[in-house]
Amino acid sequence: MNELYTEGEPIRDAKAPEGPIEDRWEKRKFGAKLVNPANKRKLHVIVVGTGLAGGSAAATLGELGYNVTSFCYQDSPRRAHSIAAQGGINAAKNYRGDGDSIYRLFYDTVKGGDFRARESNVYRLAQVSVNIIDQAVAQGVPFAREYGGLLDTRSFGGAQVSRTFYARGQTGQQLLLGAYQALERQIAAGTVKMNTRHEMLELIVSDGRARGVIVRDMVTGEIERHTADAVVLATGGYGNVFFLSTNAKGCNTTAIWRAHRRGAMFANPCYTQIHPTCIPVSGDYQSKLTLMSESLRNDGRVWVPVKAGDTRPASEIPEEERDYYLERIYPAFGNLVPRDIASRAAKNVCDEGRGVGPGGLGVYLDFADAISRLGRDAVEKKYGNLFEMYERITGEDPYTQPMRIYPAVHYTMGGLWVDYDLQSTIPGLFVIGEANFSDHGANRLGASALMQGLADGYFVLPTTIGDYLANGPYGEVDEEAVAEAEIAVRNKIEKLLSVNGTRTADSYHRELGRIMWDYCGMERTEESLRKALERIPELREEFWRNVKVSGQAEELNQALERAGRVADFFDLAELMCIDALHRTESCGGHFRAESQDADGEALRDDENFAYVAAWEYGEQGPILHKEALDYEYVKMSQRSYK
Amino acid sequence: MSERAKGMNLTLKVWRQNGPQDKGRMVTYRVEDVSPDMSFLEMLDVLNERLILEGDDPIAFDHDCREGICGMCGMVINGVAHGEQVATTTCQLHMRHFEDNAVITIEPWRAAPFPVVKDLVVDRSAFDRIIQAGGFISVPAGSAPDAHSVPVKKVDADAAFDAATCIGCGACVAACPNGSASLFTAAKITHLSLLPQGQPERASRAKAMVEQMDAEGFGGCTNTGECTAVCPKGIPLDTIAQMNRDYLKASK
Repeated sequence: MNELYTEGEPIRDAKAPEGPIEDRWEKRKFGAKLVNPANKRKLHVIVVGTGLAGGSAAATLGELGYNVTSFCYQDSPRRAHSIAAQGGINAAKNYRGDGDSIYRLFYDTVKGGDFRARESNVYRLAQVSVNIIDQAVAQGVPFAREYGGLLDTRSFGGAQVSRTFYARGQTGQQLLLGAYQALERQIAAGTVKMNTRHEMLELIVSDGRARGVIVRDMVTGEIERHTADAVVLATGGYGNVFFLSTNAKGCNTTAIWRAHRRGAMFANPCYTQIHPTCIPVSGDYQSKLTLMSESLRNDGRVWVPVKAGDTRPASEIPEEERDYYLERIYPAFGNLVPRDIASRAAKNVCDEGRGVGPGGLGVYLDFADAISRLGRDAVEKKYGNLFEMYERITGEDPYTQPMRIYPAVHYTMGGLWVDYDLQSTIPGLFVIGEANFSDHGANRLGASALMQGLADGYFVLPTTIGDYLANGPYGEVDEEAVAEAEIAVRNKIEKLLSVNGTRTADSYHRELGRIMWDYCGMERTEESLRKALERIPELREEFWRNVKVSGQAEELNQALERAGRVADFFDLAELMCIDALHRTESCGGHFRAESQDADGEALRDDENFAYVAAWEYGEQGPILHKEALDYEYVKMSQRSYK
Repeated sequence: MSERAKGMNLTLKVWRQNGPQDKGRMVTYRVEDVSPDMSFLEMLDVLNERLILEGDDPIAFDHDCREGICGMCGMVINGVAHGEQVATTTCQLHMRHFEDNAVITIEPWRAAPFPVVKDLVVDRSAFDRIIQAGGFISVPAGSAPDAHSVPVKKVDADAAFDAATCIGCGACVAACPNGSASLFTAAKITHLSLLPQGQPERASRAKAMVEQMDAEGFGGCTNTGECTAVCPKGIPLDTIAQMNRDYLKASK
């Protein structure tokens, strides 16, 4: 291990206020310096990304009167991948009177994260959750309602109360459009300047502070410099390092990886969430994976044939030759075990040769019992749109034959390290939403991603960034720092275009993804990770020697865009494997085969690993800084769903 | 599934246009051994991989989520916006719906307010400007009352949701013989008009959004209904009646 990284000083202070946990956020808000309203418009903030976190942050900073410049790579800020979130958003409103509270949401989130998240941050998230629902309703987000006119809620995995607010299967879309409309209002008001089809390719660090970005205009290819008083990254997760994931095609790591290269620490990169119910891969050309809502597990029964290599159609396999393995192994939770457990169980039965469908990488999710119990109409009412989506993609009718599902990469809990103020280790660089690491520990609960993105953007960042800005001004931006960042971008583009090899960037990306999925996916071992750490540098070396990127720099060039992103994915992949290798315990979404209990469940090692692994970039390999995690309120315990 | 998958051979006639000033032309490509389980965009991915290796410019097209919700993709396929499959975005269209040896024409959205950027990529920023004109409820973060302070009838909430599902893809404009953006604009006006929270700005919103729509150069609505026929989210035509009522009231 020692040859792969070195260990640096621990991080001793994440800057959360002291005192009772319920008072900390109030204390921080009161302690934060304020900016005189008249001075706000002289302060310039760059926000990169327009998903739930970035869109809400840019809108709110604009409302406060700051001078904001916003960037997104899509053609409109309405399209960021938050839009695809289906299930819902958690909030501790306790509108049902079912015993929910801020404390319970806090407790569930810390436990669900397998005790690898910070208590102070999670408590604040739970506190702010109630304001998010108020804000969204006031904006006109059409949440589901009861006949009495009040908001409906449903329950979700990992919780015993009904606290998930939803808008049919399109909660992410509706919340994002709310944030987008607030953002457009500020664009019209002139407080926010929007730059669509612009991709951030480098961070400008001047005098130790984040002071701007270098972006590429994706239509003209022009490289632009933008400087500011502070920079906010809201650029999402890095699940596409696996090539196949439920992320949008354009999701990438470049913005946070560039910031990491410039001094921002990257925390817990190995924590990835693999969602158990996705439509399986159908061929080599597959470009992305589609999630089927977890709610299907309420009525669908998961099974595979008892015998390995059984290729009979599902209808010809008699009941006694089927293995309803989740019900068998986890009688208490059955088909409703948490995401990580359901995913790993599916992998295990497929590894035994009992998988179904092309390549044996799938398990059945069968609604036959539900249809005979409730009737086809009732099932259609509940899941009709999902069944339709399934049929559209696979061409198979789930009413007459069981669905085939398989786990897929869905969310990354790791991200840039931030303190309680959401500020990275580069002063003036703030990171929000999925791009940071802060609130979900080693496993995110369902319906908590939307909550975190909006908490960060509407409520937390606008307060904490004010404190940073009020402590300024930070002087002129060093021209040399700007020029150097721009040259770095130009050199990389030129290099990619000049290789003129024989393989496309996508083909390398696919191969990298395969390595990550096989060796750093649902189950990791020392051996598999070492193999990955051998293969990744070899493949990267070949990429830089043999990639083929057609076209020019100064035009709309989608091949060039992709190649640049793939180049950064290589470097991130390596860090993910090092992080996964160093963390010899299992926790949440990180399962090390060497660390399991007698029943094959994830076994944490709190004595040695109750810390955040924050990695600093080093030319001679990464440098590990540990931030110890203390649990004053929630007692650490081993999760059990049997 | 693979056992019944047999490769299809197709002829594509694709609109290629180097930039807004270029005249553009249809270019024919042969693609072979296409799996029926591929999505339409995956079929184009495969062709583009080949074009890159041949040193050609790949066909530029917009896409992102590839699950029918972001609204970024959109092509006119055989003369129909998003293709003939009902209520389906281009990214959700699969090759099994095409015949072997078929000839498929692929063109960008065509409407004056949506200028072509390159090949199949168009500029839809006019939609953002229509929203900027008033497609929102003015409520700064932190100023909202408790969510339960104003009950909303379930029927209104459900109808508002149906209008709010618009993904802003622009198929309605591409399909309309007049190049009208009425369905897009009406969907947002209807969504916000149906909710109590949307009432204070209801009149000013309808007026400003309709005026912006006209200023962008979109055509008028003549109740042809092509828009709703191609809409991947099935936004109903009567939203346009709602928009017209709100606009008339506001203009009095």
